[in-house]
Amino acid sequence: MSFQRPNFRHPELPVNELGYRKKDYEGSLSTLCAGCGHDSIGGALIQACFELNIEPHKLAKLSGIGCSSKTPAYFLGNSHGFNSVHGRMPSVATGANLANRDLMYLGVSGDDDTASIGMGQFVHLIRRNLNITYIVMNNGCYGLTKGQDSATADKGSKSKAGSVNEFQNIDLPGLAIELGAGFVARSFSGDKTQLIPLIKAAMAHPGFALIDVISPCVTFNNNVGSTKSYDYVREHIDATSTIDFTPPAEEITAQYADGSSLQLAMHDGSLLHLRKIQTGWDPTKKDSAVRALHEAYAKAEILTGLIYIDENQEDLHALLNTTETPLNKLQEKELVPNSSVLNDLNASFR
Amino acid sequence: MQTHPVINDFVVRFANVNGTGSASANNMFAKAIFRMGIPVTPKNIFPSNIQGLPTWYEVRVSDKGYLGRREGVDIMICVNPQSMKADIAGLKSGSYFVYDNTKPLHKEFIREDINYIGIPLTEITLREYTDPRQRMLFKNIIYVGAMSALINLDMDILKQIISEQFQGKEKLIAPNHHALELGSQYVKEHYSFPLKFKLERRDLLKDKILFEGNAACALGAVFGGATVAAWYPITPSTSVVDAFSEYAEKFRVDPESGKNNYAIVQAEDELSAIGMVIGAMWNGARAFTATSGPGVSLMQEFLGLAYFAEVPAVLIDVQRTGPSTGMPTRTQQSDILCAAYASHGDTKHVLVIPSTPSECFEFTRQAFDLADQLQTPIIVMSDLDLGMNDHISDPLAINEDIKFKRGKVLTAEELENMDRFGRYLDSDKDGICYRTIPGTHPTRGMYFTRGSSRDEYAIYTEDGAAYKRNMDRLNKKWETIKSYVPQPEFYQNEQTSDLGVIFYGTSVYSALEAKDDLASQGIHMDAMRIRSFPFNEEVSDFISAHRKIFVIEQNRDAQMRSLLINEMDINPDKLIRVLNYDGLPITAHHIESIISKHLDVQPNASKSNLESTSISAS
Repeated sequence: MSFQRPNFRHPELPVNELGYRKKDYEGSLSTLCAGCGHDSIGGALIQACFELNIEPHKLAKLSGIGCSSKTPAYFLGNSHGFNSVHGRMPSVATGANLANRDLMYLGVSGDDDTASIGMGQFVHLIRRNLNITYIVMNNGCYGLTKGQDSATADKGSKSKAGSVNEFQNIDLPGLAIELGAGFVARSFSGDKTQLIPLIKAAMAHPGFALIDVISPCVTFNNNVGSTKSYDYVREHIDATSTIDFTPPAEEITAQYADGSSLQLAMHDGSLLHLRKIQTGWDPTKKDSAVRALHEAYAKAEILTGLIYIDENQEDLHALLNTTETPLNKLQEKELVPNSSVLNDLNASFR
Repeated sequence: MQTHPVINDFVVRFANVNGTGSASANNMFAKAIFRMGIPVTPKNIFPSNIQGLPTWYEVRVSDKGYLGRREGVDIMICVNPQSMKADIAGLKSGSYFVYDNTKPLHKEFIREDINYIGIPLTEITLREYTDPRQRMLFKNIIYVGAMSALINLDMDILKQIISEQFQGKEKLIAPNHHALELGSQYVKEHYSFPLKFKLERRDLLKDKILFEGNAACALGAVFGGATVAAWYPITPSTSVVDAFSEYAEKFRVDPESGKNNYAIVQAEDELSAIGMVIGAMWNGARAFTATSGPGVSLMQEFLGLAYFAEVPAVLIDVQRTGPSTGMPTRTQQSDILCAAYASHGDTKHVLVIPSTPSECFEFTRQAFDLADQLQTPIIVMSDLDLGMNDHISDPLAINEDIKFKRGKVLTAEELENMDRFGRYLDSDKDGICYRTIPGTHPTRGMYFTRGSSRDEYAIYTEDGAAYKRNMDRLNKKWETIKSYVPQPEFYQNEQTSDLGVIFYGTSVYSALEAKDDLASQGIHMDAMRIRSFPFNEEVSDFISAHRKIFVIEQNRDAQMRSLLINEMDINPDKLIRVLNYDGLPITAHHIESIISKHLDVQPNASKSNLESTSISAS
């Protein structure tokens, strides 16, 4: 059976600059377990898109397979969605983006969808620097098949059944930085104040932007001994900075203008304000970001926030020198050589 | 031993070493015959290797215009000592063996019943050239020059071809011309005969072209409006995208901005390649990928998604010899079943099957229209023989100014004027639904594309009745598709016999020759060439109208026969397998011998004494 959210909302809900209400960014009713971290991320996405004044139809949301990949049905109901095959969302997103560079692309994936079956496509997506916001809803376990460890489960972490994971985890932000991603962040589904500005900044970033969101699985991985349970994450979280995001053309405030803050101008004119909490860490320096990750890991802390940013990368379209007009808008006259060309070609084959 | 001359009817085979630059010399040889107006069929028979192993190039010349491969070699040009023993052993009596006689031949290579023509290729190149690479390259041109004198191949045409080939590198023209002369002069000075086999100018080819299928597919993609090509290199399909890239650079760069009206991505694997195609076509661009059997295997999951979610896609499958890695550089028609039924669940895909370069062009161009109109993957079933060899073909043609057929895509205005958009509603009762492209309308037309079951409004459901309605509609669409895809081709106006022969793709060349040969012995058969799957009524009518039907294919398991039986409930006894699966193109002789056996008649005497020449390195 299908679930539909009731249409009724309070008539005087606030509207954003485009006249959209928050409900215009909602989707159908979630079928995930009550309390699932993924739904919190969906909520953050709704808020971020509302605040960013995104036209819902100018955004396409794509996902793979798994609990995480089901979620695009639960937000941005006025956006086209594509729930593709397991681990292969990056290629579908790449094709979609090549076809129409004017839309915004949101990739939604899970830890298995990205770090196991989809690892190949994930790393090549970064390599090509597709302009996409890529969110991993990372719970360290397989929800749909009832709780097996995933490749991001920490070594020594205990599953609900009590077995201990013997294998090294794959750290997606660390991997992404190594691969040359221009925007790498980690957050926690229970920390909307951090997650929402991160999503907004990721969407403004003109290339690949990863947000790895620790999103506890309330049903299969919220037990004692799990390093991705709510309690564990709350106890071990360590933010790099506090973050605020100012959309383009808005008056720039000086709220973080003290000595420990950093203002980053994004290409679309928006600003990212960071107030550092971590010492000796600079998000614009790769080695510094990697070191911060490693130091946190050594202390069994989960480092969250914007970890690394390089705003000066060229995205896939720039690398391929494609025309500014979206390829799907080109017509016969731009695409089909005239018939005399064919005659000349035929002559050359004689 | 000179007997009656044989004009324009023989097979020449070159035995070369892979990677020595022989390909362009051999191509020049075939092209020159083509320009003499004589039907010619060149075939590369090459190893799966970059350099060093034996490679052959076989050219059949046929005044009658038979363009299939023929067994038996009349003239062998042996430039590869490694394969010489086997090359000599495979020759039939009375044939010619052209070799490098810089050193005398060992006596084990001497046969009394063949003619030896020695040309001191090494000696000439040592004398004429100082650079080792030049010595290697010009050896090839010298033997073409020698052939010119031996079989009356037009020297002016050869020189003309060289001049065209080196346009822009003019200083290379004179040395190449000189090399041709060296070969020709040597023959004229040392041998008094033109061979028994010789060429005479004809005017049999009119406006025909000599072209390869892969580049023709690439041009089909250019004229079909493809803007996205995503691929993973694999023999023998690689040159499809290479050629697309070349043509796109020529025809698709905006002169004002210098920006590309196309995007080509070399994917990390075939899964990604087809994923990109699906993403791009879902988003309204025209996209394609090219691959071969192992790639099709990897693309199965995505093909199933595209079938079920009804996303257009274009895939060019240049078939090679399977299963598994098989023989990557040999030809076969063995992806039929795996392409037709790619993926799990009840899935079937539209196949279009070209036989000539002009059909490669046309079918690929049409594939984009079909994909958009039918909202499903279209697989162009080429093969190595068609894709990587030059074939005489009708010129590439377009009817008029091309208008893309975009199919049922709703505009913002249409969405505005409708009650409720249902992505999987069968509004026109033809099984084909209306789709929307992302970004079209601010509040209408949005839907969720998914590989899981959904209702007519694209909303997820596990309701059995809704699932069944959808699957039944897909079957209805399958019926509709029959009127869209290329119809079969028949080779006579009406029924002449109760025997029929069915073939497809590159089997056409030898099948038609076999049909003629058998007719000359009083065995008449009606012929039908299948050009697409699903099969339409004309296919089933042809099968019903004939008592016995021979199905000619280049695979072991008679895959098209299985598909016909499976899809149309034909009595299997009626369809007789005529198969070849040694990796080389099927021959008329082979077809005739199988059909004759079934009909209990003697095969054509003039052909049956041909020795089968196996090709293998000693």
